[in-house]
Amino acid sequence: MILDSKIPDGPLAEKWEKHKFNVKLVNPANKRKYDIIIVGSGLAGASAAATLAELGYNVKVFSFHDSARRAHSIAAQGGINAAKNYQNDGDSVHRLFYDTIKGGDYRAREANVYRLAQVSVNIIDQCVAQGVPFAREYGGLLANRSFGGAQVSRTFYARGQTGQQLLLGAYSALNRQIAYGKVKMYPRTEMLDLVLVDGKARGIVTRNLITGHIESHSAHAVILATGGYGNVFYLSTNAMGSNTTAIWRAHKKGALFGNPCFTQIHPTCIPVSGDYQSKLTLMSESLRNDGRVWVPKAKGDKRPPQNIPEDERDYFLERKYPAFGNLVPRDVASRNAKQACDEGRGVGSTGLAVYLDFADAIKRDGLDKVSQKYGNLFDMYAKITGENPYESPMRIYPAVHYTMGGLWVDYNLMTSIPGLYAAGEANFSDHGANRLGASALMQGLADGYFVLPYTIGDYLANMPAAKVSVDHPAFKEAEGAVRADIQKLLSINGTKTVDDFHKELGHLMWDYCGMARNAEGLTYAKGKIRELREEYWKNVKLVGVNEEFNQTLEKAGRVADFLELGELMVTDALNRNESCGGHFREEYQTPENEALRDDENYTYVAAWEYTGSNSEPILHKEELQFENVKLTQRSYK
Amino acid sequence: MAGNNPNSKPMNLTLKVWRQKNTNASGQLVTYNVKDISPEMSFLEMMDVLNEDLLRQGQDPIAFDHDCREGICGMCSLYINGRAHGPESGTTTCQLHMRKFSDGDTIVIEPWRANAFPIHKDLSVDRSALDRIQQAGGYVSVNTGGVPDANEIPIPKSIADKAFDAATCIQCGACVAACKNASAMLFLSAKVSQLALLPQGQVERKTRVENMLAQHDEEGFGSCTNIGSCAAECPVGISLENIAILNREYIVAKATSENV
Repeated sequence: MILDSKIPDGPLAEKWEKHKFNVKLVNPANKRKYDIIIVGSGLAGASAAATLAELGYNVKVFSFHDSARRAHSIAAQGGINAAKNYQNDGDSVHRLFYDTIKGGDYRAREANVYRLAQVSVNIIDQCVAQGVPFAREYGGLLANRSFGGAQVSRTFYARGQTGQQLLLGAYSALNRQIAYGKVKMYPRTEMLDLVLVDGKARGIVTRNLITGHIESHSAHAVILATGGYGNVFYLSTNAMGSNTTAIWRAHKKGALFGNPCFTQIHPTCIPVSGDYQSKLTLMSESLRNDGRVWVPKAKGDKRPPQNIPEDERDYFLERKYPAFGNLVPRDVASRNAKQACDEGRGVGSTGLAVYLDFADAIKRDGLDKVSQKYGNLFDMYAKITGENPYESPMRIYPAVHYTMGGLWVDYNLMTSIPGLYAAGEANFSDHGANRLGASALMQGLADGYFVLPYTIGDYLANMPAAKVSVDHPAFKEAEGAVRADIQKLLSINGTKTVDDFHKELGHLMWDYCGMARNAEGLTYAKGKIRELREEYWKNVKLVGVNEEFNQTLEKAGRVADFLELGELMVTDALNRNESCGGHFREEYQTPENEALRDDENYTYVAAWEYTGSNSEPILHKEELQFENVKLTQRSYK
Repeated sequence: MAGNNPNSKPMNLTLKVWRQKNTNASGQLVTYNVKDISPEMSFLEMMDVLNEDLLRQGQDPIAFDHDCREGICGMCSLYINGRAHGPESGTTTCQLHMRKFSDGDTIVIEPWRANAFPIHKDLSVDRSALDRIQQAGGYVSVNTGGVPDANEIPIPKSIADKAFDAATCIQCGACVAACKNASAMLFLSAKVSQLALLPQGQVERKTRVENMLAQHDEEGFGSCTNIGSCAAECPVGISLENIAILNREYIVAKATSENV
């Protein structure tokens, strides 16, 4: 298989314009003859659905939630980047492109990232026109804040609820198309398989989560916008339902998986408190604008933070990275927090936390101003921990937050299966080995509003409008396989619960494929995951039947997929003998403990082909070409 | 944080939980005893512990809705001891922590109760009626592309802030559950006022309020009698003032609209 990224020729700044002109169009009268399935209704899915329906296509949207608006995009806090340069501080499309490529540690495609920076400005216009209430200055114009990995203020925000407001904008556009009858919405319906006819993606098999009814849906193209797979770690900042099932089952049908080991560990999360912990809560990166990160200078200093004098504190990010200070990218901030804790200088009862202190900001700006900026985040912290962050510093620790890896896609966002697209966090395309803050919302909406609507037409223009019936043997076969898997899970009647297995897998992933990885640990984890997966299919305990609202059964299918994906992540991490961005291999680091890339041997996207649940996947390499930036050791000093 | 407060001892609790097999079955309160509950747990983590116990005994776990567990997705519900989202004001169930309860407490847990919210199973209800109200007009009709530069529409900060306050509704349905008439007026008014306040919402201002209200009534939600339980129980603090704005919008629309 030869991976063709289909990057258009020509100078970087002209590629997208040129490509838009060269793509084939479907004439308006013909668009209504084409059906498009979209799985997922977050920023990428909802924006794509609304836009494709506006263009005239018939769209079906599937979500496992009870409403499109529950998608986890809703929880994004801090903001969305756009190269508007409203602050006149030197921002430009090129600078946003450069920051994103550099932030991703030179493991993303230049052309994709440049396009992302280009359309970023349109996103803000679109959202404002929909009535998204972004933060504003007294003059009535839009406000900006700064974020990690950038030295300009280009982040647009809506208090600490930017994801919510952007998703509600996309959700409202989607609702309008549902009302017009151009989109049919299927809530509480989970995709369980992808159906290929003549090698092309032609539909999906779904399960109605309330009745258990298994059903097929046929279309001319399928878009997966199902988010990330951070819940493979059990504990993450993802929502409880976030899962890999849609993209994993597409992977098993032939879609290559790009850079599965690239995981983002977010530096500012509320630390774990006990075994019963079900999820971790993020405290927005925007807090690092005003909060100062520190630990005691001395090991094992158990005094309350207020009693530790200034000269006995180590503001380690400001000390090590004077240029960026507390605003270094996430991977750098996370690793440094881990390092401080590994040195025995962690705080709190577990020693697995560092302080994020607002005392100076409150002294400088006053309580009111700090509360205006971060009030809802401070309240959330207080509710979860029972402590008041206005009075004592927050305790934070890194947690799994985002997965840069995902289905491999070309410049058109098409996977290696013709007619199957992946958008938003579900694809691997724009963030390289580390995503910058406020870039996930940007990418989700860029893909859905401004990229897919063009590129999908190019595919459909070459496709006959004839529909495939859901009675086609390919659909019947897929339905049969889905039913068989469900029956198998229900009939095992073992002794361990789905959560027992999920927690065990999570521990393995976090310990050996988390913030720091090494060959020995990864090899060990690989064997353990295989054993765990084997045990799962012999010893998991479910109750009830398929034909009912059965939340354990839903989870069981998702965890079965995590048990396979986990192994692929470990395999990918083992293959990549370098450190880059969020992928930190302990064997490869600079004397200052920074990530040490190997550009000569690893400037490629690792795209894995599935060959069976117990056989080794095949590695395909997409070499990355850098013509517009010079690969350097990232420095935030 | 575990052990952060040395006085926080594990608790034993009695739960009375609504169990109902499906929409058409009849339901009842079933009693469960849970032991060694850490005060640092969230309410839903306490439910997880109970469900894991039930599973191990081969019993059907309790169905309940939840997802982000950060108080923003609006998926969690639960009517706890007679209050939507439980005893702590301004808090969703997922952000409620067990430190708000005491050892030996009995906790009654029911689903949202409203004709417009049929029960799927146990504590999970069907809130799609709220989506249909949104579909009746909760949007500005702009297609993707072809919109003016974002800063061409200046909006005074005070107006933007007020619109934002209304826009924070998480569509959880607590207002309906708290209302003796099972009215969704607070939810509806939040969307109507957000868009009525903003310049982008002006063009469809009148038809929006009429259509959304008509859908509200068609779904079987009750009327508003200005008691205010909705705003008292709203986890994100949507203000009753929005209902006043809604009434004004509706009267103006009815008096002047061409949409007879």
